[in-house]
Amino acid sequence: MQLAQYLTLAAILFSLGVYGVLTRRNAVMVLMAVELMLNAVNLNFLAFGAFRDTTVGQVFALFVIAIAAAEVGVGLAIVMLVHRNRHTVDLDELDEMRG
Amino acid sequence: MSTQLAFLVFSAVVVVAAWRVVTTPNIVRAALALMVVLGAMAPLFVLLAAEFVATIQVLVYVGAVVVLFLFGIMLTRSPMAALPTGSRYRIPGLVVAVALFAVLALSVRDAFGDQEIDVRSVGTTQAVGDTLLRTHVVAFEAASILLLAALIGSIVLARRD
Repeated sequence: MQLAQYLTLAAILFSLGVYGVLTRRNAVMVLMAVELMLNAVNLNFLAFGAFRDTTVGQVFALFVIAIAAAEVGVGLAIVMLVHRNRHTVDLDELDEMRG
Repeated sequence: MSTQLAFLVFSAVVVVAAWRVVTTPNIVRAALALMVVLGAMAPLFVLLAAEFVATIQVLVYVGAVVVLFLFGIMLTRSPMAALPTGSRYRIPGLVVAVALFAVLALSVRDAFGDQEIDVRSVGTTQAVGDTLLRTHVVAFEAASILLLAALIGSIVLARRD
């Protein structure tokens, strides 16, 4: 199989994640788009690991999965806190720090 | 040949579902489409001889992360229907995403245009465990401390007092 196939699929997934992060207004949706990007990176790690015939790519992907799980937990806790204090998770309305 | 077919089928599922994740106006459908994306990534990992990572992907992402997202949706009382999608950043976002994809795809084709992956049995679970606990054991322990910190941090942030 061609390496470029996997890398192109990962590029598509990453670009869709970027699009989601930039256009979604709900904070939970933004976190979902970040997960898409992290998965694209995982696919790249595994593809290069198979390409170079080493297990290090898989080890890296496992660390990315663990850190993504921690990120989602803390991120959703922060979103809940914002919702409790401001009664909204719409990112366009959270603009107090705009200069 | 059959791996090529499997790759095409699962990558089509991944791309369509990922498109749904970032465009559907219904937030619960977006979470379920995310589940489809993450679930269809696991067979792609298996095609790269990474069966352990594929298992962890199903356990952690499909099993835990999507459920966490559904809890997040319920606890923030996000509107179940008619989410405001008319973002004023739609056109700039589209431009940025397309430009990024063009750069990535061109550089991938430039650098690895005709390289073949020769999938051997590099990724057996035993080999991964050996690498993880022999060479990268410090990072492994650091990851467990990170998870503990995230656990405590999210409890402190989310509890009501």
